[in-house]
Amino acid sequence: MTFIRPDFRHPQSPKNDIGYTSKDYEGALSTLCAGCGHDSISAALIQACFEMSIEPHKVAKISGIGCSSKTPTYFLGNSHGFNSVHGRMPSVTTGANLANRELKYVGVSGDGDSASIGLGQFAHVVRRNLNMLYIVENNGCYGLTKGQMSATTDVDSVNKSGMLNEHQPIDLVNLALELGATFVARSFSGDKGQLVPLMKAAMSHRGFAFIDVVSPCVTFNNNVGSTKSYDYIREHNEATSALDFVPMKDEITTSYEQGASQEVTLHDGSVIHLTKAISGFDPCDRRAAIDAIKDHNERGEILTGLLYVDTDPTDLHDMSGTSCKPLNSLNEDVLCPGNATLQSINESFR
Amino acid sequence: MSNKTNTKSKVPTLKSVNELVIKFANVNGTGSASANNMFAKAIFRMGIPVTPKNIFPSNIQGLPTWYEVRISEKGYQGRREGIDMMVAVNPQSMDKDVKSVRAGGYFVYDSTRPIDIRYIREDIHYIGIPLTDICRQEYTDARQRQLFKNVIYIGALAALLGIEFNVLSDLVGDQFKGKQKLIAPNIHALELGYQYANNHFDCPLAIRVERRDLVKDRILTTGNNATGLAAVYAGATVAAWYPITPSTSVVEAFEKYASRLRIDAGTGLKNYAIVQAEDELSAIGMVIGAAWNGARSFTATSGPGISLMSEFLGLAYFAEVPAVLINVQRAGPSTGMPTRTQQPDVLSCAYASHGDTKHVLLFPSNPKECFDLTAEAFDATDRLQTPVIVMPDLDLGMNDHLCEPFTWDDSCRYDRGKVLNAAQLDELSARGKRFGRYNDVDGDGICYRTYPGTHPTKGAFFTRGTSRDPYAVYSEDGDVYVENVNRLNRKFITAKQILPAPEQVPAKNTNKKSEVGVIYYGTSDASTREALDILAAEGVFIDGLRIKAFPFHSLVEQFIHNHQQIFVIDQNRDGQMRTLLVNELDAQPSKLIKLLSYDGMPITAQNIRQQIENHLFTEKTKKKTANTKRGK
Ligand SMILES: Cc1ncc(C[n+]2csc(CCOP(=O)(O)OP(=O)(O)O)c2C)c(N)n1
Ligand code: SF4
Repeated sequence: MTFIRPDFRHPQSPKNDIGYTSKDYEGALSTLCAGCGHDSISAALIQACFEMSIEPHKVAKISGIGCSSKTPTYFLGNSHGFNSVHGRMPSVTTGANLANRELKYVGVSGDGDSASIGLGQFAHVVRRNLNMLYIVENNGCYGLTKGQMSATTDVDSVNKSGMLNEHQPIDLVNLALELGATFVARSFSGDKGQLVPLMKAAMSHRGFAFIDVVSPCVTFNNNVGSTKSYDYIREHNEATSALDFVPMKDEITTSYEQGASQEVTLHDGSVIHLTKAISGFDPCDRRAAIDAIKDHNERGEILTGLLYVDTDPTDLHDMSGTSCKPLNSLNEDVLCPGNATLQSINESFR
Repeated sequence: MSNKTNTKSKVPTLKSVNELVIKFANVNGTGSASANNMFAKAIFRMGIPVTPKNIFPSNIQGLPTWYEVRISEKGYQGRREGIDMMVAVNPQSMDKDVKSVRAGGYFVYDSTRPIDIRYIREDIHYIGIPLTDICRQEYTDARQRQLFKNVIYIGALAALLGIEFNVLSDLVGDQFKGKQKLIAPNIHALELGYQYANNHFDCPLAIRVERRDLVKDRILTTGNNATGLAAVYAGATVAAWYPITPSTSVVEAFEKYASRLRIDAGTGLKNYAIVQAEDELSAIGMVIGAAWNGARSFTATSGPGISLMSEFLGLAYFAEVPAVLINVQRAGPSTGMPTRTQQPDVLSCAYASHGDTKHVLLFPSNPKECFDLTAEAFDATDRLQTPVIVMPDLDLGMNDHLCEPFTWDDSCRYDRGKVLNAAQLDELSARGKRFGRYNDVDGDGICYRTYPGTHPTKGAFFTRGTSRDPYAVYSEDGDVYVENVNRLNRKFITAKQILPAPEQVPAKNTNKKSEVGVIYYGTSDASTREALDILAAEGVFIDGLRIKAFPFHSLVEQFIHNHQQIFVIDQNRDGQMRTLLVNELDAQPSKLIKLLSYDGMPITAQNIRQQIENHLFTEKTKKKTANTKRGK
């Protein structure tokens, strides 16, 4: 079966600054289960890209394998996409980014894809501070292979077939912080109000931006006892802040009450406004973030929101001193040293 | 001089000018490599063809390591069995080293302490040089004593073998260019050895070298150097790799040349990126991601890395993403004999991955071909939109080989294959046509692709390992799948036409048609040619065909058709190239005779000749090969 949306545009659809309607950011019809959290994340991405006026073709979307990794087909139909192999999205994205530093890279993965088979690649892409948005659509189980436990499944939770999990879960957010990630957030697929501004901030961050999105699997993991079910999240979610993202080109207005909010200015001049819900939480303090997450985990609560940001990060291109021009745009004039040079190199072999 | 030790008269003496094999037995980590290298280079600079080979352990310090140098003015560059002179500086391997010398040959050793009686043979000559003693007198520093010991024996060899001293001193000058302080002490060390040998032995010996003009403009370098350099010339901008012997020096060479030749003059920034990945899975993933996004990219690995890269290779084949992979083969399986040579990955590379997959392979046999075929690999992978694997081996990759100088045609443009730009996409739709990523409009199995970011509304597509229709839309329809994989097969037929043809080496009896042939590839080249010469001198005439690429060119099929019996030379246990020929060309298996060598050492002409003769001259096969009468 193939799914393509009808190419119909309502003449009155609102347009963004560069003249695109929200429809221009949509993809093919989703084939995921009705109510799957992953679809809400796709919708949030569509909204975030529309609101940020990103040219769709300037985004490359890359994924691994899983229900979550299928979603790049369902958003940004005018962008190139690459559904690669299980757990290896980070390496493909790294190569793509090295080839052309001018595109925006959105990587989509699942908790199986990132916390099990791909844990190594996840760890190393964090260490390299690759300039990308990395989304884990975390449902605490393997959706596509029908409900097995994943490495983020909670201790004592019981899966559909009645199996009890006794292994310690991996918290990807904490792991990313430990490994030096420069933008770390957690959110919930059902909380578009929080997710969209987080995505916008993440996409204007020049470096590795990680968002762990708890995204319940309605078919296999919306169970009692799972911390990745809708009901559980709604009851136990505590947010670090109410968030708003203001892109650089907009004049920063004073509609935010000073004092109650904290401003974080990103490298490109865009600003994140945080209205604090947790007293004393500072999103620029890595150690404090790790402690706060651990405290909440121990209480069975899930801390969401922007957890850490480094406002002036050094990404992989900076570290390796690569050309400002995209490497894929260079041709033989620049790349090939020519025969005369080769003849002098031959001399060194005599 | 009175104290000259004359070699014992009753001992037979080998006599030879410019046809000899000298082997150095060292301990690794003692600095012997650069001294031994200087020895080989001196022979080369005296205009005599030379082939050095390192035989080293998988270890950093303290284990035996050998350096075997074949000098051949006839120009034979394969390994030759039988050592004419052993320079034994390693007590650990002394027993084996003494035994490996040919009768009448020479055994050079450190005579600071008397040689153990167990190592005395009646049929060879002993040349004792008190290396440790000389060093103890000359140097106080322990490291210097160790390093200069190597230089001293090279000086002694210069006297013993007749190497021109100024050639050596020039080499020292070249080696320490910019480190002027080191030149005089090294030349002094050479002199110490030179004088000792001159004072104590009849120099030069009956085996020796003499200046010739046989090298011409040829160069002496390693395959890996050539490969890394070719990647710079061919426009590779992304290299991702994970360290593994014997391929590490490919990326090192790329980095060495790129850091000199690929720096943006204005900004000082690099027009390339190199990532040392966390493993081979990641390395090949990066290569595929970069190539998908329009950069020329490559990785270098060896057998174990190929195993790890297999899943991704299947994806790249099916998703039609270019990738260049350099597989410097070594003995396997697993870690096997990681520092010994073999050709053990022919099948695992040809069919790497799951499902119906086949990969393009290129087989260089000398550094010049490493250069040319690596450059060709970048064009081929872009044109064919499929991974291309270049298949040297440890012997070619890590040892110096004499070869033609590298050349580059400045008028040549990179062939990036079928890639549509924004204007072409607009033009396509102006003609009322729809872009289909997997639409075979030209009928050659190769479709048009676009790079991400090309056009705001046209040309975007979704790349996936799952099946899809000509417009890149997901589909699980059986017919759609079959049409697609059949097209991939068409692409393989196109590949046969664009890949390099095999080299034909007809038997030297031009008037007669030979019924026996030999098919070989890679580093078996030098020894096979030598074996064919020896056989021809004995009246056995055999046609040769050297394969350079898989899928096989039509000439390979013809060659098999035109001969009654064909030896297929493989440096692996199971005759993997033979299997591939049988499988891909439906060749009659009984016609293809396995000729194997897989002990981790480069194959020799003697071995090839022996195996061919054994086969041809057994009773059973005698009648069938009427044309190949024995000369003597
Ligand atoms: C190498 C490999 N092993 C196993 C699989 C089978 N497989 C497909 S999806 C999947 C799990 C996906 O789980 P997750 O990443 O959590 O994504 P979800 O489906 O839950 O969104 C597995 C094991 C595969 N595709 N490749
Ligand atoms: S199985 Fe679960 S994760 Fe997969 S589509 Fe259905 S609800 Fe979503």
